[in-house]
Amino acid sequence: MKDIRFDNVTKSFPTRSGTPFVAIRDVSLAVAEREFVAVVGPSGSGKTTLMRMAAGLDHPSEGSVRVGGREVTAPGPDRAVVFQQFALFPWKTVRENIAFGLRCKGVPRARQDEIVAHYLKLMSMEGTEDRFPHQLSGGMQQRVAIARSYAIEPDVLLMDEPFGALDAQTRTVMQEELVRLTRKEPRTVLFITHAVDEAVYLADRVVVLARDPGRLREIIDIRPTREAEDWDSRPIDQVMDLASFTHLRTQVWRLLRDQIRPDD
Amino acid sequence: MAFMTIADRAPHPRELMLLSVAGAVLFFGGWQLLAMSGAVSPQTLPSPIAVIGTAWQLAFEPFAGHTLLQHIVASLGRFAMGFGLAAAIGVPLGLAMGRFRLLDDIVSPIFEALRFIAPLAWVPFAALWFGTGIGGPVMVIFAGAFPPCLINAYRGAKLVEVRLVEAAQTLGAGGFRIMAEVLLPGALPSIVAGLRVSAGLAWQSLVGAELIVASAGIGYVMVQAQSNLAPAIVMAGMLSVGVIGLAIDVALRRAERLVKSRWGQA
Ligand SMILES: Nc1ncnc2c1ncn2[C@@H]1O[C@H](COP(=O)(O)OP(=O)(O)OP(=O)(O)O)[C@@H](O)[C@H]1O
Ligand SMILES: [Mg+2]
Repeated sequence: MKDIRFDNVTKSFPTRSGTPFVAIRDVSLAVAEREFVAVVGPSGSGKTTLMRMAAGLDHPSEGSVRVGGREVTAPGPDRAVVFQQFALFPWKTVRENIAFGLRCKGVPRARQDEIVAHYLKLMSMEGTEDRFPHQLSGGMQQRVAIARSYAIEPDVLLMDEPFGALDAQTRTVMQEELVRLTRKEPRTVLFITHAVDEAVYLADRVVVLARDPGRLREIIDIRPTREAEDWDSRPIDQVMDLASFTHLRTQVWRLLRDQIRPDD
Repeated sequence: MAFMTIADRAPHPRELMLLSVAGAVLFFGGWQLLAMSGAVSPQTLPSPIAVIGTAWQLAFEPFAGHTLLQHIVASLGRFAMGFGLAAAIGVPLGLAMGRFRLLDDIVSPIFEALRFIAPLAWVPFAALWFGTGIGGPVMVIFAGAFPPCLINAYRGAKLVEVRLVEAAQTLGAGGFRIMAEVLLPGALPSIVAGLRVSAGLAWQSLVGAELIVASAGIGYVMVQAQSNLAPAIVMAGMLSVGVIGLAIDVALRRAERLVKSRWGQA
């Protein structure tokens, strides 16, 4: 397993006017090995940008991003990404999409089939292996994208609003599934979301960002409460009714509310 | 083919078919009548029936060393080589240029300059360097067929969503796999459209090249017939060029439609 470290990271993008646009200013954040960190923040606070730098798809203008102690320079299969919009290959079937990373790794064909079948089952998507992405609903597409990332068994999972496109019911199932999966086989996870409930339910720590420019606002520790009250062994709806849960949720929500604007 | 002004309404497919047939009948009928009227001597303008008859005859009696079919096969062989070479180099290079900025910056200026040399303008150079056997004509076809292969692969690669390339990278795909499994399928509709244009240009350039350098082929037949003062043979050659060009275009149009319908909505 690997950890993620952002040290004094600033990211600015060039603009036409000449003065660079600062998307993220001076963020320092450490995600420990096997820790699940959720990032919430208003639209435009740099959540995706943060994740892209950990993935190696963007590079910090200042500061450093390290995964497993090594400076991130390029994307690699040790850090799987689930993108905010689906990034499934439209000309590949569900099976071929999930097996893509396995083929890159040189996993033998028979083993590929096993792994694909395993994750399809996990995502309750059996029987869809020969369909193309455009023949699936949005929620199903997103589940394939998640399966594709899990399948390569990465050290680090980078997820950008992976449940954003799901209906409330599927979303709940997927959240429980993710908890089950990540508690059973803990991975280092950077999980980006708009949904406060989701962040508090899933994460060991919740990072709240502020915007203009994107920066760190607060980090809230969830894990002690979760473990003390044994959330993981209860169904999600029960957890969300617990006083301890609503308390933490309110805390995160307040930090966000101060900065929400009408255009969000 | 349809030359329409904006005001025209689009004709129904069956109407279109009728109009096409009517056009052909008018053209060949007029030509036949003109030839039969005696206003122009058959030495200048043979009738279409005479041309088709000549073509039929050439299918069995060798002219300029070979039967018409053998000449056509010779031409098609060169065509396949030149066109194949252009596609085999142009498509991967175009994709790579669409992906790697550096390569784009290196190749683009040379390509942009060379592109303005018409395929036929390559003939003297091609004859000097590659001879008049196989190499010269193939080089000329290549010059005609290459640009659309490269340009369309390049444009197609540019249109592939960046996110898909990024997804492939994060899943551990290397440069070659990204080209073969992401850029190529993503750019396929554009590539196929380019190949169709390219094949047309290749065929046109080929016959042009054969007028100058060759010892067999349809273009060669036409030049030989001209010096033998045999206009019917010249026109039989032209007829073959037209029919085969049309057949190539129809075949590739069909392939293009197939790819678009399978890929387009994806
Ligand atoms: N490539 C880019 N060029 C210029 N500006 C960019 C680029 N990528 C992001 N930005 C800007 O940086 C800021 C942060 O963007 P980012 O996508 O990280 O936000 P986000 O928190 O993920 O928002 P959302 O919740 O809407 O997904 C935005 O103002 C965005 O316009
Ligand atoms: Mg985002």
